[in-house]
Amino acid sequence: MTAGAALEVRSLVFAYPDGHQALFGVDLVVARGQRVALLGPNGAGKTTLVLHLNGIYTAAHGDVVVAGLPVVKEHLREIRRRVGIVFQDPDDQLFMPTVRDDVAFGPANLGLRGAELDARVAAALESVGMADHADRPPHHLSFGQRRRVAAATVLAMEPEILVLDEPSSNLDPAARREFADIVRALDMTTLMVTHDLPYALELCPRALVMNEGRIVADGPTREILADGALMAANRLELPFGFDPARC
Amino acid sequence: MSGAHSLSTSLFVPGTSPIHRLAPECKLVATVLFVFAVVSTPREAIWAYACYAAILAALIGIARLPFRAVLRRLVIELPFLAFAFFLPIVGRGERVDVLGMSLSVAGLWGAWNILVKGTLGVAASIVMSSTTPVPEILHGLEHLRLPKVFVSICAFMVRYADVVTGEMRRTRIACESRGHNPRWIWQARAVASSAGALFIRSYERGERVYLAMVSRGYAGAMPVLGHRRATRGDWSWALGVPALAGAVSLVAWTVG
Repeated sequence: MTAGAALEVRSLVFAYPDGHQALFGVDLVVARGQRVALLGPNGAGKTTLVLHLNGIYTAAHGDVVVAGLPVVKEHLREIRRRVGIVFQDPDDQLFMPTVRDDVAFGPANLGLRGAELDARVAAALESVGMADHADRPPHHLSFGQRRRVAAATVLAMEPEILVLDEPSSNLDPAARREFADIVRALDMTTLMVTHDLPYALELCPRALVMNEGRIVADGPTREILADGALMAANRLELPFGFDPARC
Repeated sequence: MSGAHSLSTSLFVPGTSPIHRLAPECKLVATVLFVFAVVSTPREAIWAYACYAAILAALIGIARLPFRAVLRRLVIELPFLAFAFFLPIVGRGERVDVLGMSLSVAGLWGAWNILVKGTLGVAASIVMSSTTPVPEILHGLEHLRLPKVFVSICAFMVRYADVVTGEMRRTRIACESRGHNPRWIWQARAVASSAGALFIRSYERGERVYLAMVSRGYAGAMPVLGHRRATRGDWSWALGVPALAGAVSLVAWTVG
């Protein structure tokens, strides 16, 4: 095991119950404090991998270790505290009647109550700039605000690693930039699944490319984005006019 | 997403009146007891109904609810009253002439009974729902020990009503954009299949919501979150209203 790693995945293999194999031996290590982008075409197995990180799916073969703790049934509660997944659609993540209750849901499941719980909720909302909206119902917020609250719902559990699934999708340019500011300010170990390559370059010094259930490239984001052959082989394309060498 | 028309705020009228500030469980209990008092009053005691209406008018005044808005919301009971209007026409027994129509006396009393009790009951729940935001009503139900699964179902319904109606609206717009203009029964096929698609999508969303819940440590029970509990003062304030109504009903029985 790699000392000090926030996340370690070793030869992870997974097939869905219908026989469709999604992961064919995934290996990766994320050091504490690192921000890593996970890139790859649709159907590459990115979401399947993410759902292994907190034990929603259990490995058929291989191991997932979060900050030294293997993802096995006995540790699920602690694993789910350590791995905070922000899902793509905030409407899937925010289901309680008010923002405050939603942010409290995770820490309350961990057994926190009273003043300690209130403090957690307040701190999490503060860190995403949504403290003033605590008593509003989630569906009255803008999409960007909902995504920020979705991030707060997992931050309130004080995770070791933050997993963001398509954090920039459906955001207008200002909300996209605001969310990037928040990710930078949090300064946490982060795994960011995204198709937004400029966003990956902006936020993550390191990138992994996944395709057909394997990690096919791992390196500095700028170098990966500049490697035309690698990009083309994995259905990755930069937006028109975007040059990673000049950013 | 239209905030103004969403389910959870369309009924609530913001305010700081003593009624707004009461704990939600007190208002729920008081409303139900008030309705019991009203429905148990003999229909011939017309003065008693005037007393109930006066109590409600006072509450509406204290809560500073716009009177016209309350009247507008009463419209919701109209479909239920349609039945009441038939009673005097189809009723049997002794008949009287009203505006040239021969109406049944028993039917008239029956119609009056439904009309007055329905209207007062709806008005009471309008006072409750106009002064209590939906999330608070849910907490009130929780404090009243309603089974958690029911409260959760209500909470999810409130939360996702807007999401699902939003999806429905987008589906309809997409249909209309392709020239679909459902007017006749034989065009129902497209409506039915889009309803089916909506059901599947909502079901899939349910699965994603469940995944997100499990990811945050959900293990089968919703956590009970600390919210303001009712004080003795809240209860005595709130229960004073149905107590007054109960007294009226009692007098109506003994006098009548």
